Parts: sequence; structure tokens; C-alpha cells
Amino acid sequence: MQRVAVIRFPGSNCDEDTLRAATRVGADAYYVWHRETDLKGADVVLIPGGFSYGDYLRAGAIARFSPAMTAVARHAAEGGAVLGICNGFQILCEAQLLPGALLRNSRLTFVSRPVLVTVENTGTVFTSGYRRGEQLRLPVAHGDGRYVADAETIARLEGEGLVVLRYVRAEDANPNGSMNDIAGITNPEGNIVAIMPHPERAADPALGSEDGARFFTSMAAWNPRAPVTHTADTR
Amino acid sequence: MTYRVHVRVMPRAGLLDPQGQAVEHALGALGFDGARQVRIGKAIELDVDAPSAEEAVGRAREMCDRLLANPVTEDFELEVETH
Repeated sequence: MQRVAVIRFPGSNCDEDTLRAATRVGADAYYVWHRETDLKGADVVLIPGGFSYGDYLRAGAIARFSPAMTAVARHAAEGGAVLGICNGFQILCEAQLLPGALLRNSRLTFVSRPVLVTVENTGTVFTSGYRRGEQLRLPVAHGDGRYVADAETIARLEGEGLVVLRYVRAEDANPNGSMNDIAGITNPEGNIVAIMPHPERAADPALGSEDGARFFTSMAAWNPRAPVTHTADTR
Repeated sequence: MTYRVHVRVMPRAGLLDPQGQAVEHALGALGFDGARQVRIGKAIELDVDAPSAEEAVGRAREMCDRLLANPVTEDFELEVETH
């Protein structure tokens, strides 16, 4: 059974939904307060959405210095899996565990609605249960979701296939003006993933959609001691 | 010595600054036709104890590199004055 740590910061507000989504797929999920330094034997770390430290200075800028984030960086360096959702994406970029940054939405408004995204990379711990090119309708809820990086970084992300989710341009789904319609990225090893949409809000029939459920079933199927295996993709 | 450090953090040139654009449009709507290239950043002030102004600047620069500015998207300038 997967040991799953959900990190809680002051201002996290998707922690309970995220824990529930992990528990629902059979994981042994528990909270870790941001001041703790011990992840208690976690195989997987989930950094939930919210407004850690009120988004003061920049979203995620202060959370990255929490003691728990030092433990998360060590966990990731040792091959442990990490998923950052929304504010979790912002924190992982501020912590430089992933490249780039998330800035104010180009239309300056907070966007809370379902958007259409394409799954572009199924070689990660959290997306192995999807098919490449599959379209999902997932909720977003953010004010700072415009992904930016320098041209070299964008070229590397695209060249190495490190974009995990992309807003569907034909559907005018890009809610924030992010470069290349990027909605989620991964590191080359596929153990660190960060996405702006909220799969935990679409992981149960009672929520009206299960499009996000496979982020969690993929995680549950992952063997921490083996490379990621594709369960759905037959490329 | 205590030094007053003024930090000016600005979005990197070339990056879309939607706040600056919105304010520019608002200025135009108010009749200020000549206002162009509006960009919005932030100002941070703090006291730093250091033996010299150079060291105060050095400390403040490190604070900017590590926290006050995002090296991916922002540039900063520092000014120091004696209290």
C-alpha cells in the first residue's frame, strides 16, 4: 500500500479533497504539517491547492522555505514521487524543483471553471493510466496560472516531451495565457509532476466527473522500486 | 550601522505585464493620452544592520536572489541610505 503524505500549509484549502482522492484509491494517506521535517516514510508527496501564506510576495514564494519542503526536495532527489496541484505547482516552481514560474492570469481575473486539457505525457507516476492525446475536462481555480519560462526552457520542455497537460487551444480553453498553453509539466524522470487543474475535484462520480481519477489510480499502481510502466498507453 | 534598503522589483522586460496594460488603458480612458509602456512592480523597504553600506547592499542582494525577487521573471534594483 502506497504511503502518501499530503503537505498542509497555512492557507492550503484543497488538502481534504486531495487526501480523500488518495484514500479512495486505497492509499495510506495522511497529513504532514509544513513545519514538520519527517515525511513519515512517504512513497508519494501531494502538495495541494490553496493560498499558502496568503500568496504574500508571490504565490508559493514563502511556502518553499517551510521545513517540510526541504524534506520534499530530498524525497524527490531520492526518486520519490511528488504531485503539485495548483498552489502546489507554484510552490514546486518557487522551490526550483521544476523550471519556470506562474504569473497573474493574463486577463487579471480569478478563473474557476472546467477546462479541456490534453494528456501529452503518460510516462509519469501520475499519468501512466491515461492514453496519450486523451482529452480531459478538469476544473481550474486560480488567479496566478500563467506559466512562463525563458525560450530555452520552453524549447527543452517541448523537445523532451515534458509537458504533461496542455489546454486545448481550439476550445479556447487556456484560462490564463500560459506559454504554449502549458497546464502541467514534469521533470525528465517523471517522478515530479505539477499541474494547474484540480484532478481531486473530478475523481468521484459524486463530483460529476471522474476525468481526474486516474492521476490517483496511476499513483496507486506505481511501484516505487521500478520504472514507470504504462498501463493504458500502447505506444 | 543600520541602513535603510529600498528594493525595486520589476517584471522582466519582454514579459507580458497585464496589470501594466490594464492601468495604461485606464489612464487613456481618463484622457491621459501620453501615458505609454506602463509597467507595475513592487517596492520593498527594510532595515539592515551591517558594518558598511557595501555589506548592507550585499546582504540585501542575497535576500533578493533567494526570496524577494523571482530570478525567472523579475529584475531588481537596490538603493541604500544611512538612517
